[in-house]
Amino acid sequence: MSSLPHLLALDIGWGSTLAIKTIIVLAIIPAGALILGYVFLLKVMSHMQSRLGPMDPGGFHGWFQLIGDGIKFLQKEDVMPAEADRRVFAIAPAVIVISTFLVFAVIPVGPDLVVKHLDVGVFYALAVSSLSVIGVLMAGWASANKFALLGALRAAAQLIAYELPLLLAVVGVVIQAGTTSLNGIVLSQQNGAIFGWDGIGNPFILTQFVGFALFLVASQAELTQTPFDMPVAETELVAGYMVEYTGFRFLFFFIGEFGTAFAFAALAATLFLGGYSVPGVYGDWANILGPFVLFAKLMIIAFLMFWVRFTYPRLREDQLQAVAWKFLIPIGLLNILVTGVFKVAF
Amino acid sequence: MSATNPPRAPEFDIDHGAMRHLADAQVNVELDTGDMILNIGPQHPATHGTLRVVVRLDGERVLSADPVIGYMHRGYEKLTEFRTYPQVTTLINRIDWLSSFANEVPFIDAAEQLMAIEAPPRAKYIRTILTELSRIATFVLFLGEMGLQVGALTPPFYGFRDREYVLNLIEAVTGGRFHPNFNRIGGLKDDLPWGWIADCRSTMGTVLDSCSMFEDLVLGNEIFEARTRSIGIIPPDIGAGYGVSGSNLRASGVDWDLRRDGRPYLVYPELDFRVWTHADGDSFSRYWVRLQETRESALMVLQMLDRIPSGPIMAKVPRIIKVPEGEVWVETENPLGQMGYYVISKGATGPFRVKIRSASFSNVSILPWLLRGVYVPDVITILGSLYFILGDIDR
Amino acid sequence: MPDEPTPEPSEPVPSPEAADEQPSAEAASTDAAASGAAEEETVAADPRLEELGTLIDAALGDAIVERVVNRGDVVVRVRPDAWRRAAEFARSELDCDFLSFVSAIDWKPAAREGDEAGGDTSAPVQPTEMTFGSAGSAGRWQVFAHVQSTRRHWGVTFKSDVDDSDPRAESWVSVYAGADWHERECWEMFGITFDGHPDLRHLYLPSQFEGHPLRKDFPLLARVVKPWPGLVDVEPMPGEAPEPAEVGAGDAAAGDAEGDGG
Repeated sequence: MSSLPHLLALDIGWGSTLAIKTIIVLAIIPAGALILGYVFLLKVMSHMQSRLGPMDPGGFHGWFQLIGDGIKFLQKEDVMPAEADRRVFAIAPAVIVISTFLVFAVIPVGPDLVVKHLDVGVFYALAVSSLSVIGVLMAGWASANKFALLGALRAAAQLIAYELPLLLAVVGVVIQAGTTSLNGIVLSQQNGAIFGWDGIGNPFILTQFVGFALFLVASQAELTQTPFDMPVAETELVAGYMVEYTGFRFLFFFIGEFGTAFAFAALAATLFLGGYSVPGVYGDWANILGPFVLFAKLMIIAFLMFWVRFTYPRLREDQLQAVAWKFLIPIGLLNILVTGVFKVAF
Repeated sequence: MSATNPPRAPEFDIDHGAMRHLADAQVNVELDTGDMILNIGPQHPATHGTLRVVVRLDGERVLSADPVIGYMHRGYEKLTEFRTYPQVTTLINRIDWLSSFANEVPFIDAAEQLMAIEAPPRAKYIRTILTELSRIATFVLFLGEMGLQVGALTPPFYGFRDREYVLNLIEAVTGGRFHPNFNRIGGLKDDLPWGWIADCRSTMGTVLDSCSMFEDLVLGNEIFEARTRSIGIIPPDIGAGYGVSGSNLRASGVDWDLRRDGRPYLVYPELDFRVWTHADGDSFSRYWVRLQETRESALMVLQMLDRIPSGPIMAKVPRIIKVPEGEVWVETENPLGQMGYYVISKGATGPFRVKIRSASFSNVSILPWLLRGVYVPDVITILGSLYFILGDIDR
Repeated sequence: MPDEPTPEPSEPVPSPEAADEQPSAEAASTDAAASGAAEEETVAADPRLEELGTLIDAALGDAIVERVVNRGDVVVRVRPDAWRRAAEFARSELDCDFLSFVSAIDWKPAAREGDEAGGDTSAPVQPTEMTFGSAGSAGRWQVFAHVQSTRRHWGVTFKSDVDDSDPRAESWVSVYAGADWHERECWEMFGITFDGHPDLRHLYLPSQFEGHPLRKDFPLLARVVKPWPGLVDVEPMPGEAPEPAEVGAGDAAAGDAEGDGG
């Protein structure tokens, strides 16, 4: 099935393989969250705001800060509001992290390095990423707090509204690649050619630039990041639907948020920048280089996402909905139309 | 209501009156269906201090808003009756703590008028320069933190950073960043330090640069415009009826600035400056007016630095200040609006009655009228654009 | 209401501004019952103040008890039943659209236990006889307000007497919307009820607060909790013997700094 066990000269059954892959992905989620959080939220944002960010923890530019925060959160008291719905309150963060994990399950980091090859990879990824809406609503309702409720309702409306531009952006890529399998999309970018020159393959960002912009904007909204962070508007709702969460559960939310950012950046890199592939590198070398290449590409995209996050003010809820329905969706549809025409004509 | 028996001193057991007041925190909550009562504050990042706005919501629309103030009421008007004039100067520093030098000026002016003493010209120039520096410090912070109110994380850092440059200047002269306590009846406590004028010039250059930066970063941002245009429109006649003053009223098109139009005070009659107004009266125009006024203040400071005369900084004043009997009303254009003191003196070392007219009190009194029918996020935008300081509201 | 002499402010040196803007020292006896318009003749060199004075006299004529120009500020004391009328006149005819403030004055001298000669430095010594400021007063209470015009750049201070036994005044809310909060504050601080105010409740103080703090017979609570000068907490320098504490026997609640005023 996969050549990785051959690489490792092991022969283990599919169950163990699946288990190992699951554990690796479960480890990647918080690790990815940590890396994104530290690099962008703490360091890049600080430097953009003419300050330094953490410098002490761990010695070198405070790299240990978030890990230390994580450890701190783990040992905090588990506080629940007296009127909260206990079971729902406890499960809500887990729902969000689970949806993140499910997205990771299809992102290929190498030709064989994926938890599960799915022919409907893209469709599946977008579908499970919208499970987080349920988690948000659960959190907001179970908190027994008006601010949380307001935040959760805003979030639900926003997340559902921005599913569509996300999907439409991706459809253009799918048309161009001819497949919904993520691996297939990567391969078609790797093997493609720009007007006959195949030096860098055919990253879809060149032709699907509209789709790329759309995807970035929509994923910014899916992650409830500024300019779409009404649900967690800090100066209004003080963390919105997360306001009653402390300690370990808050850590889950944090990991969920940044893990999802990691996942979406990886998706964007896969769909538009060629994912793990480097043109001309196949087979085992691709398996070794793949993770690093994908990591580099997704960091670039994450940089764009977080840069916008620090700089722009936030849109009001009705303006946000107006942007989605009246602006992004028509553009998405137009993009699909043009892509389809070009695909058939050329 | 017995007014002649002073209440007993507070004890440390449960004060049932206070408990009843805490229950008051529900504020007229009947069992409403459909409407939701939301407390914005008193602990809230958007209200600049302990202001509480109780809004009744229908979904995300505000049906009615009731600001509850007094969390920071320190009883200034009562305290002034127990203080000598120099002590009152220290006290009133803390009314509007962002531009604290500017609070002292009208009171000192009032005392000097009653004593028929005039501060020497150099002292007046330095007073005006420090007042304008306070105005710049206050406004630069506003330019940054208004971005924060609408959600941009970066502008407030730039606002605080640029305010630091001005605070360094104020500290170099007065020794205090926040509460200079530098005015004395008859002049100032001390003269400018060596090299300060050159420093001030270069800092004003920095201020002008940062104004341009804010223009790009915040004012030019489409999302900021979408969030602030047509939000919180104050019609000029209604604003004036409520006592809204300062940049808020000028942003509604009222061409009225006490530095130019009121009774002459400090050295403003000798300066050449422009009063900025904007016709719209919404949050965007309030931001725009304050940005222009920051620039204008920097230019005024540069003018004054060129013309500052030499001479003494303190007039001949008796050692124990006894202000003769009389009363006087002095109003000035403070950064937050019109601030005034009605000082009634009976010839003692301290005032008999001081009525402190603070700008933010009136600016906030328009909130019940202004917040009807707006969305919750717009409440935050409006609170930010009116730019009040709790010490100024609550005195 | 009994007659009272108008005050003669003592001014040792004429102010550098126009000397003609000081209130004249002539005493004009007022007879509020007969509602004679006793104006103080002032030699106002400023034509705008003259114009203002003429307009005020023309419209409020019989309601004016006294009118002076005090340091460039026109102070008009009107009869209590003309308080709102004065506001309406200012708004409509004087073009005074801007409400600066509405507040009150308590002319009663504060009671003091000690004096400076006895070493009590807790507050400046004020004269013990009740005197009144510009435009005089009929008794202990007065409401006063200042309105301005943003277009014509002038302003008027209105004063009106308030009955000692039943402190009431007319509300300005129907004329100036901003008077709402000013009158609420005035009520809670002085106890003056405003007729016609829609919602007279506490503004600054908790709703169960008893008393009216700005009245002169309401003590400064900080002084009640801890009599002046209080306990001086001084940390001894290392190596020094601890200082003997100064005498400041507050009651059981002492120990905090003054934080109870208002």
